[in-house]
Amino acid sequence: MLEYTEKIREISKQLLKECKVDMVIGFRKGTVPMMNEPTFIKSADEVGQLVWDSNCGINLANYLTNRKENIGIIAKGCDSRNICVHLVENKIRREQLHIIGVPCKGMIDKTKIADLFGKEILNVEEDGESIVVEGDGTAKVYKKKDVLQENCAICIHRNPVIYDDLVGDLVEEQKDVDRYEDVRKIEAMVPDQRWNYFDDLLKNCIRCYACRNACPLCYCPTCFVDESRPQWVGKSIDPTDTRTFHFLRAYHCAGRCTDCGACERACPVNIKVRTFTKKLEKDVKELFNFEAGLNPDVRPPLDVYKTQDPEDFIK
Amino acid sequence: MKVLKINKDDWANGLKKLGESCRLLGPLKDGEFHNFKELGQGELPDFNFRNTRLSPKSIVYPQSEKMFDYTLDQNDPNHNILKEAEKDYSPQVVLGIRPCDAKALSLVKLNFDTPEYQDTYWLKRFESTTLVGLACHNPCSNCFCTSTGTGPFHPEALDMLLVEDNDQFLAQILTEKGEAIAKTAGWSTEAGSDAPAQITAMKEAAEGRMTSFISAENLKNKSAMEIYEDPYWEDVSFSCINCGTCTYLCPTCWCFDVQDETCGNCGIRMRNWDSCMYPLFSLHGSGHNPRGQKLQRVRQRFMHKLKYFLDKYDEGIQCVGCGRCVRYCPVNIDIRRVCELMNRSEACPVTI
Repeated sequence: MLEYTEKIREISKQLLKECKVDMVIGFRKGTVPMMNEPTFIKSADEVGQLVWDSNCGINLANYLTNRKENIGIIAKGCDSRNICVHLVENKIRREQLHIIGVPCKGMIDKTKIADLFGKEILNVEEDGESIVVEGDGTAKVYKKKDVLQENCAICIHRNPVIYDDLVGDLVEEQKDVDRYEDVRKIEAMVPDQRWNYFDDLLKNCIRCYACRNACPLCYCPTCFVDESRPQWVGKSIDPTDTRTFHFLRAYHCAGRCTDCGACERACPVNIKVRTFTKKLEKDVKELFNFEAGLNPDVRPPLDVYKTQDPEDFIK
Repeated sequence: MKVLKINKDDWANGLKKLGESCRLLGPLKDGEFHNFKELGQGELPDFNFRNTRLSPKSIVYPQSEKMFDYTLDQNDPNHNILKEAEKDYSPQVVLGIRPCDAKALSLVKLNFDTPEYQDTYWLKRFESTTLVGLACHNPCSNCFCTSTGTGPFHPEALDMLLVEDNDQFLAQILTEKGEAIAKTAGWSTEAGSDAPAQITAMKEAAEGRMTSFISAENLKNKSAMEIYEDPYWEDVSFSCINCGTCTYLCPTCWCFDVQDETCGNCGIRMRNWDSCMYPLFSLHGSGHNPRGQKLQRVRQRFMHKLKYFLDKYDEGIQCVGCGRCVRYCPVNIDIRRVCELMNRSEACPVTI
């Protein structure tokens, strides 16, 4: 990770010095364990702030939407896929971007680690494939692969799909990954069971919209839940409105979601928000054999009409 | 000050008696974290926690609260009349509120109970609530309550303060309300004469375990415009995603939005928590938005908490150092860092 950080700084410095970009968007070290803060650097003298480690789970493509500057952006696999989605959807132009690609071995799950550790975490360090967690008077070492964010554990696109520079050698992609084990479990439930499952899943939602706002896909000028003329969705914490928000948002992401996990990472009350988007990701894969964000020239299937589109659902 | 001794049996029996005459609320663990919930019959609050994920502000100030009922039926004699919704203001006891969160209620009260305006919903519920605090022996590493006019044993706004002492509680009775519930619960065993000194020693030990502090001493004398125009706001606000995590988790954020909802001919008018981080918060009917940019919204939140509130009430900053926003901001915007930037006395741009 240290090598990545150094390389990121080196490339960023060069880009800023040569005025190839107006800013570099990356991460700076966070103020609490397992958190880094998205930041922008405009001067070559400040590149020392940029860091890279396994706490860079926020999707930086979210910070590109409609920007006018020339931007250097640090992109792991999923960020690069969301950059592709942004390019397809005209949210940024390719010539504005200098993509500094980061071959990624996954981000660590702060909630899972907090649970495993069981007490307050004061410091977390990475040592190769080990994560060293320190609390008051105790320390534990976890294997990084055991404490990955769930989306990272099943990720099959760790390498950036589009880039101008790479900060390290491409990593081996994970093979024979069962991406939809959890979705199949929910599909197999009888309707009542499934209803209860979703009820339970969303019961803690406080409608803070951290999931929506951390998502690079959610850039609508006015989200349907904020629409007030006329109003579409109630604004209280009535479960019907809360469910409407989550279900509709997921549908809006169908065929566009890269399973970057930013929504789940952002949730302050640990809701497994990806449950919804993954089902739709699975459907899009099965119906259209499409994965989002792999190619900046291909429009997502729900955005185009093809005569050979599946229509088995029409009886 | 009167200090009682409550052992485990007295505690459980006392709560049973209290539960007969009022609602009891306390921290309960559901999944991975604790939140304040109404206790079922015979259910004890779970004090094996540092603090709850959500602040207990919703006990006095629910996230969604119905204010009025109305009908759209033109033939109904009550058509065009907003009828005050029935509400339950029966007595409730909150068990195990942390001193920082209780202090937050006294800060919010400054806003909801002014000489000009009284928010009757908030006030009635606040008055019907008895606050039994739980002293904090082990403050979290990112709590900074001692820098914000409160502290791990701070008694303000509490009616009773429980101090865990091995397998019993030492209970400081702080108000008549506190006295009354002790009586109802049958807690009457006075602690020994050394109890106050014992509590002071534990308080000092807890304060000694604090590791996080902020400095806010220059904020009062700095001009609001100077801070407003400081150069760091772009840097501070860049990462913000405009979600409501900080405001909804904050025990001192009090803003709400009024909404009407109808179903058939029945309508209700309610208020819901709102967040100054949302663009809709300040959108005018004309379509103009005075805080249309993210920078303006982020600046507003910190200016309100750390400067405008201070200027308006002269009762310190509108932050109790509970650390929730620090821990749960999805992008790690840290109020301690922002406060430090705002508090710096020199006018020249700081290196961030």
